[in-house]
Amino acid sequence: MDIRVQDAPFDLGAESGVFAARQSGMGAVVTFTGIVRDNAAGDLSEMMIEHYPGMTEKAIGDIATEASNRWNLGDILIIHRYGALAPQEMIMMVATSAPHRSDAFEAAEFLMDFLKSRAPFWKKEVTRDSARWVEAKDEDEDALSRWRSGVAD
Amino acid sequence: MNVMYFAWVRERVGRPSEEVETAATTVRELVDELTAREPRYAAAFADPTALRVAVDQQLSDFDAPLENVREVAFFPPMTGG
Repeated sequence: MDIRVQDAPFDLGAESGVFAARQSGMGAVVTFTGIVRDNAAGDLSEMMIEHYPGMTEKAIGDIATEASNRWNLGDILIIHRYGALAPQEMIMMVATSAPHRSDAFEAAEFLMDFLKSRAPFWKKEVTRDSARWVEAKDEDEDALSRWRSGVAD
Repeated sequence: MNVMYFAWVRERVGRPSEEVETAATTVRELVDELTAREPRYAAAFADPTALRVAVDQQLSDFDAPLENVREVAFFPPMTGG
């Protein structure tokens, strides 16, 4: 399990390649990448991402451990950035490996659902003349309910 | 105890963290105590349903006891990913 919380950019291709190359006995690698989406008006200057140092790493570790317990996985990589990010920059990535693809896909989706609303990050959209905290959506919370059995949250 | 604030809670309180001397036995009592202190806390804690709390870096709730707790953090619902 490899968890990194950092302000520096990461190289998606290199990270995915290294992750896939170090697996043995696995048949599937799934990766997901989140990028900064421009706002509706198209004038986003940056996305400020705040986090809770210490708790962030623990919370992500707990989520990854839960995924490892639920699915037959080989390995998990999670990179999540914080700080000021420009539109189209990569915010985070998740990679999972498993003997079979369904475990890798489902675990990646589970990780994303929980990272969204159980890892202590907060996004603020900054434009030239305004700044607005991104609000959590009801559907983000609803997304957790389908994984509900046995998850501590 | 170290009390921390994140996102708009931090902006309303006006600082990221502070040492608080308190006799509060639960998170709710701590919120009530801070709210009574100054308007900026009242502004931050006005709508408890919009707040989440972590006790010693574990997501918790307002009924959580504070005995032997070193760190309490208040923040809005998280928006990671």
